[in-house]
Amino acid sequence: MMPGPDQARNARDAAPARARRGLWSRLSESQNGLGFLFMLPAAIFLLFFLTYPLGLGVWLGFTDTRIGREGVFIGLENYLWLFDDPVFWLTVFNTVFYTTIASVAKFGLGLWLALILNRHLPFKNFFRAIILLPWVVPTVLSAMAFWWIFDSQFSIISWSLMKMGLIDQPINFLGDPWTARWSVIAANVWRGIPFVAISLLAGLQTIPQSLNEAAAIDGATPWQRFRKVTLPLLTPIIAVVMTFSVLFTFTDFQLIYVLTRGGPVNATHLMATLSFQRAIPGGQLGEGAAIAVAMIPFLLAAILFSFFGLQRRKWQQGQD
Amino acid sequence: MASVTIEGVRKSYGSVEVLHGVDVAIDEGEFVVLVGPSGCGKSTLLRMLAGLEHITSGQIRIGERVVNDLAPKERDIAMVFQNYALYPHLTVAENMGFSLMLAGAKRAAIAEKVRPAAEILGLAHLLDRYPRMLSGGQRQRVAMGRAIVRDPQVFLFDEPLSNLDAKLRVTMRSEIKNLHQRLKTTTVYVTHDQIEAMTMADKIVVMHDGIVEQIGAPLELYDRPDNLFVAGFIGSPAMNMIPGTLEEGGFRAKDGTLLPVTRRGSARPGQALIYGLRPELMTAGGDVPLVVEVTEPTGAETHVVGKLGGVEITGVFRDRIDVASGGTMTVGIDPSGVHLFDEASGKRVSD
Ligand SMILES: Nc1ncnc2c1ncn2[C@@H]1O[C@H](COP(=O)(O)OP(=O)(O)OP(=O)(O)O)[C@@H](O)[C@H]1O
Ligand SMILES: [Mg+2]
Repeated sequence: MMPGPDQARNARDAAPARARRGLWSRLSESQNGLGFLFMLPAAIFLLFFLTYPLGLGVWLGFTDTRIGREGVFIGLENYLWLFDDPVFWLTVFNTVFYTTIASVAKFGLGLWLALILNRHLPFKNFFRAIILLPWVVPTVLSAMAFWWIFDSQFSIISWSLMKMGLIDQPINFLGDPWTARWSVIAANVWRGIPFVAISLLAGLQTIPQSLNEAAAIDGATPWQRFRKVTLPLLTPIIAVVMTFSVLFTFTDFQLIYVLTRGGPVNATHLMATLSFQRAIPGGQLGEGAAIAVAMIPFLLAAILFSFFGLQRRKWQQGQD
Repeated sequence: MASVTIEGVRKSYGSVEVLHGVDVAIDEGEFVVLVGPSGCGKSTLLRMLAGLEHITSGQIRIGERVVNDLAPKERDIAMVFQNYALYPHLTVAENMGFSLMLAGAKRAAIAEKVRPAAEILGLAHLLDRYPRMLSGGQRQRVAMGRAIVRDPQVFLFDEPLSNLDAKLRVTMRSEIKNLHQRLKTTTVYVTHDQIEAMTMADKIVVMHDGIVEQIGAPLELYDRPDNLFVAGFIGSPAMNMIPGTLEEGGFRAKDGTLLPVTRRGSARPGQALIYGLRPELMTAGGDVPLVVEVTEPTGAETHVVGKLGGVEITGVFRDRIDVASGGTMTVGIDPSGVHLFDEASGKRVSD
């Protein structure tokens, strides 16, 4: 049959028909379109619950919004104001101090616990379960327990030390700036250790026993075994665990809010608590948002350091 | 180089005893293979030798030294693990030089030792790679290199070839043998593969359920197995075992077939015995009927599976055999190669 006018007409008819079939059926037929469809709920969810609040926060930081009053764009004014605010700089110092000391302590103690739990111990499972307890208890609850432990009159620590005759009057744990700083750090460490210890324990268990045996035969002392075999192999996991731990600590809020509300004289005020205080009770939503946004560079720096400095190991990635 | 003496060694895990008193004497420079089925305690014995497992009782000596209470690093041994146990974060060169590095050797001194070892093993061009960038065979060689660099008194191998494919296994087998001939270091090698044992060993130790069944040179074990276990374990295809009793005229199988016997040893008439017949001791054409089930020609020889004396047996013939399944052929048996075992105790009775 000759390619005649019939065919030409068919082709002409087909094009509008395809368009008419609509976006929906075209999407559901192509593989990419289908993939897009399936991703849509997750994308909307992420957009709505993560990106939107973040974007809103950043936007608020550039406005003079107060509770109950729409704000207008004021550029960097909030930030300039904060730059000259000694309380803000005190909270930056407090937050960095709190995060550094608490993270180092959590790492040290967590790794130590993980190493102990990785050995053959009687009641091993019992101890592993026990260790998770601080993490399972809601923060507010454990913070209240610490509140009692640190009470200026009834502290069990003061009481024990006094009974032992080491001190003669109760320690004012949360009343003095430096003891308060150390006290909240202690509470944070107690709460954060399980996460570090259990994650590192999981990491330790991925290291084959035969590597330790080979090292023992090669003449390694227990310390050398740890230093030259265990620790290097654990580094990637340490990097991930400690990044998370640093992020959690840097953004800590609950513990401080229950224990000290930032006092005494702002000595334990962290950026997160200050942000909340200025924004909600203080009503300055714009300024509170600016403080929160000011945390982002610190967090990004921590993530980048962990990713480029520790996580990417040549022996894992290959170098060719 | 040193001799190794294992005397009355036992091992218990809790209340379960897995080694029930093992005695093995290994001469200086000897290549000894521990062989036996899975779970018989070979690895356990090797690990006790290495110092990775506590010795419940008995004594192990390396040279003149009792090593029972010495830490692994004081025993002057090197071990190649089944999974190679290479340090993934170290390069090939660093893996091989690890023990020297721990001992505080200088960088140049380490390189001086690593290079010749790497050359022996054909690893010289791979020294800067990480283990994950190596093939299975190369990893295996690195593990051996790490042992060679140590220049130990004794090499220990725990199934080093079991992760390799069949062809590479044959190559590595001869490489390890060559290496031993060059270095002459006393070697204890664990495998569950009797062919590896036969081809590599100066001396084979056959283990079974935590005891030593027999110790001897490969062909000694083949030609004169002490018991049914060794008879069945050494040799492939395995020895045929036909139950029956001894009579004036020969060996009467359960189904009445009469089989020829010359070396009767201490066998008594009427005693329940096992007639042990190596597959290659049969020749086509003779007076013993064999009901053929399957013939497997391999070119050079033909394997025949069939019924003889009431049990299933395998025969290996040099001739080409063309008998249909279900057909009967007749075979001749060379009685000088026949073994008799007591059925109850499994012990050898023929001499
Ligand atoms: N840690 C342990 N606790 C309890 N029993 C063990 C332990 N290690 C080994 N066994 C037991 O000891 C016996 C010998 O084990 P071993 O590993 O020496 O066997 P093997 O001969 O090396 O076997 P394979 O060829 O499978 O490696 C086995 O029955 C095993 O179940
Ligand atoms: Mg084993």
